[in-house]
Amino acid sequence: MAIPSYATRGERLWHYVFLGLCALIFLFLVGPLLVIIPLSFNAEPYFTFSEAMLRLDPAGYSLRWYEDFFTSSEWLGAIKNSFIIGIASTLLATVLGTLAALGLSSRHMPARGAIMALLISPMIVPLIISAAAMFFFFSKVNLAQTYPGVILAHTALGIPFVVITVTATLSSFDTTLIRAAHSLGANPARTFFKVVLPLVTPGVVSGALFAFITSFDEVVVVLFIAGPEQRTMPIQMWSGIREQISPTILAVATLLVLLSMLLLTTLELLRRRGERLRGVSPG
Amino acid sequence: MSQSPSDTLTTADGVPLKVSLRRAVRRSKFKALLLVSPLLAFLIIAFVMPILDMLWRSVDNPEVSTRLSRTVEALEGWDGESLPGEPVFAALVADLREGQEARDLGLLSSRLNYEKSGMRSAISRTARRLGNLEPPYREALIEINDSWGELSTWKLIERESSPYTLSYYLAAMDRQLSPEGEIVKVPDYLEIHVALFWRTFWMSAVITGLTLLLGYPIAYLLANLPLRHSNLLMILVLLPFWTSLLVRTTTWIAILQSQGVLNDMMVAIGVIADEARWQMIHNKTGTIVAMTHILLPFMILPLYSVMKTIPPSYMRAARSLGGKPILSFRRVYFPLTIPGIAAGGILVFILAIGYYITPALVGGQSGRFITNYIAYHMQTSLNWGLAAAIASILLLVVIVFYLVFNRLIGVDKVKLG
Amino acid sequence: MKQTHRILRKGTLSAAVALVGMSGLGLSATAQAETLNIVSWGGAYSMSQQKAYHEPWMEMNGDEIVNIDRSGNALAGLRAQSQAGNVTWDLVDMLPADAMIACAEGLIEPLDHDALLADAPDGTPPGEDFVDGALGECFVASIVYSNIVAFNTEMFPEDNQPSTIADVFDLENFPGKRTLLRKPINNLEWALVADGVAPEDVYDVLETEEGIQRAFAKLDTIKDEVIWWEEGAQPPQLLADQEVAFGSAYNGRIFNAMVTENQPFEIIWDAQVFELDGWVVPTGKLDKVKDYLHFATDTQRLADQAKYISYGPARKSSSQFVSTHAETGIEMEPHMPTYGPNFATAIPKDDEFWADYNDELTQRFDAWLAQ
Repeated sequence: MAIPSYATRGERLWHYVFLGLCALIFLFLVGPLLVIIPLSFNAEPYFTFSEAMLRLDPAGYSLRWYEDFFTSSEWLGAIKNSFIIGIASTLLATVLGTLAALGLSSRHMPARGAIMALLISPMIVPLIISAAAMFFFFSKVNLAQTYPGVILAHTALGIPFVVITVTATLSSFDTTLIRAAHSLGANPARTFFKVVLPLVTPGVVSGALFAFITSFDEVVVVLFIAGPEQRTMPIQMWSGIREQISPTILAVATLLVLLSMLLLTTLELLRRRGERLRGVSPG
Repeated sequence: MSQSPSDTLTTADGVPLKVSLRRAVRRSKFKALLLVSPLLAFLIIAFVMPILDMLWRSVDNPEVSTRLSRTVEALEGWDGESLPGEPVFAALVADLREGQEARDLGLLSSRLNYEKSGMRSAISRTARRLGNLEPPYREALIEINDSWGELSTWKLIERESSPYTLSYYLAAMDRQLSPEGEIVKVPDYLEIHVALFWRTFWMSAVITGLTLLLGYPIAYLLANLPLRHSNLLMILVLLPFWTSLLVRTTTWIAILQSQGVLNDMMVAIGVIADEARWQMIHNKTGTIVAMTHILLPFMILPLYSVMKTIPPSYMRAARSLGGKPILSFRRVYFPLTIPGIAAGGILVFILAIGYYITPALVGGQSGRFITNYIAYHMQTSLNWGLAAAIASILLLVVIVFYLVFNRLIGVDKVKLG
Repeated sequence: MKQTHRILRKGTLSAAVALVGMSGLGLSATAQAETLNIVSWGGAYSMSQQKAYHEPWMEMNGDEIVNIDRSGNALAGLRAQSQAGNVTWDLVDMLPADAMIACAEGLIEPLDHDALLADAPDGTPPGEDFVDGALGECFVASIVYSNIVAFNTEMFPEDNQPSTIADVFDLENFPGKRTLLRKPINNLEWALVADGVAPEDVYDVLETEEGIQRAFAKLDTIKDEVIWWEEGAQPPQLLADQEVAFGSAYNGRIFNAMVTENQPFEIIWDAQVFELDGWVVPTGKLDKVKDYLHFATDTQRLADQAKYISYGPARKSSSQFVSTHAETGIEMEPHMPTYGPNFATAIPKDDEFWADYNDELTQRFDAWLAQ
């Protein structure tokens, strides 16, 4: 965003003010996430920087909250549950969602708009409403307080993300490539595995990641329909924040921020790979 | 218009091309539907049916009609002017006796107690003393509990005897039926839901406005930087987007609470006195700040994708035609971004009115949303009918906005990341 | 007197231990080791149950006991589980008011107390040994606890420390923030007592519209200074941080903070609202838990629990065995809600009143808060 040569002095000034403003907004966006990282190494059981920390005194820092986390059977059990539920619902959502996206991207899909609106709705309907509704219904059909119940619920919540990302990938998919493969002598199976799959995979994987993080981060539905056996990490955090705030939560939060950085990097790499494969310049 | 057979285009095997094409279209239609159908079936079972079940529950009213069936029957033809006669009381005794044996009077007494406080103990006390009750039942029951001698009790039973009711919706709108059967407002001191609905909408609008205010410059910057730089900055937008909602809420607690980072900083640099720390959390401010932060990426992303499509030459053209910067922005650039503003605005607003976790954790008393009340009725008061009615009203609002969004932008245009 | 008690206690204690050991052996021969899902309140309270009943029981017959901290929403959980036809809870700790509702809905088992529960050591049947109201149709109390207001002694000069419930409403002489439970329960009772109503008349007054208005008017006078709490862990925390001067709380939590964390707290026992808390058995679970229930509600177990938390045992025969705090060795009796001087102006919580009026008064309370 270079300043054009014809800009007046006032405009130049405004340009820098604008950049300063943007910097402040970025600080608002990311700052909070960065603040908790050092806080999680606090040696004191407080939610703020101690004097020793500000003096950079090593005694003010400790790993005790991480130790707390990694030795607590409750937290570890919750992590295990989160992964079980997250992975199962991601698999289900990805398979169902990808199939549907293949159908939706066909030019001849009838009632496309209406079906799309329905498939996206779990993302739009407030979670508390979905949670209440699922609680009522799942109780009736013996699914409340069971793993299958929570997994089904999370699958429903993850589906919109898979459908959106995979349809987006497919819409930019150049169908002439298939014909080209055919004309060069590839049979349909070979075409699918060698041409279609590599091009669609990045979209499917990023959809799956979205579905996973949706489940991994979901509190409300679990709060309503899960039993004590299905206690997930967000639930553990939720009750921790409500009842007794201990910096263990900050340690968990830091780990989760690192996890989201990891996911984000993966996604970015996938996106670039997809662009490269499709021949779109990464710019 | 007649056509000789020789004019018709045919495929190699002699089928007219039109027919063949139609067949092919039908086949691919069928294939497409087949691919979508497992997901549709899944969503209908796991999502649509629960929602329908909730809607049904908001009007479902089985308690009186099933558990007091004899009483309801005996009440038919009652004038409503004076206490019903002995047969009605005898029917009530028979109903309660049966209920006491089956131990299922609880839901009935809760149901009636929602409408008239005191009915719970009236029923449980009466049920406990049924064992040695002798006719005439009318005197005996009134002797046990005054409620049976009140006209309003009987009117209530008569009114709630239908298997469907609108009283949960009335309660959700702070209305009730008067003994004369008219819809009236509840007394001032019981009004709560309507105010909470308004507060939810109003605060969501404020949050939407704030995200627009903060998101617009960022989206502009991202759209006008060379890709290399904007990709890097985009990560700063996406990182919070990908971070757990609970983590982001926790960070705001750590920053805003009275012994928190921001207050400590302010005290340290002498802006405020130690005793006069700002109360920034467990109130409206807490909810607004935390939710603005959480929802900001949902504003930036649609704005960005719209701004990306505006060629920079437009602004240059406007300038070269003599437009002052502000004027060119207002007349040329801003109107072009309105679709993005609409998309981001509606999206943020829809998400905001449904938020539950953040207001519950940082909202305190004044920053609470209607969603918190749904949770309260689900988990604490156990008035599930009322919870379903409030949720249904909220759902209706969301659906209206969703349809507007769909009409204006189209859900399939939504992009993630 | 006390001396003799102590000697007596020692004797009976060992006798009781021997007895329990024997019955334990007998049980373990017949019963298969099982997993019991027991729902309770969490925190210090669950810990006291763990020490006093769960651990000895697990040691005796190899059962595994899983603690589930869901008593706050126990009624909702029971309803949901029974609707789902999948009851996973085996025994639930809940308040008698909730137990009344659950019982009327058929969610929990009616209990034949004399057949199910242990006699007192001297042979008194349970029906006579438990305190008034402790045995409901589907409910058996284990403790008497109390809702009290406590204060941080450092927040007031030494010659001007609060002592009555009226002081809590006196902003002039006792300034500072207060933290109260975000529910009408207790607050309305205290408002009336502070306004001059005698503790024994509180519920009669509250049944009238004028009484309710009077209570809310009194609460109005301190509304601006109140931080409302929702989780039991909050008031001790807020008091310790000196964010508030007064806080309503469960007496056990304040006791714990005073004794184990040495917090400078003091309890105002005036107009304490006391109530019972105890066990209910979800429908269909009676056979599974009846041996445990028999054990966990016997005289010695209830007395043992008082070593860990300052809640009074619900059996009269237990009080003679109540001794000293397990960790600090301080005498527990003066910290009990039922201790004479503490009990003088106590208000027994009227469960029937709250079963009838809780819905309406909660809505009214919320509307009042939102004003």
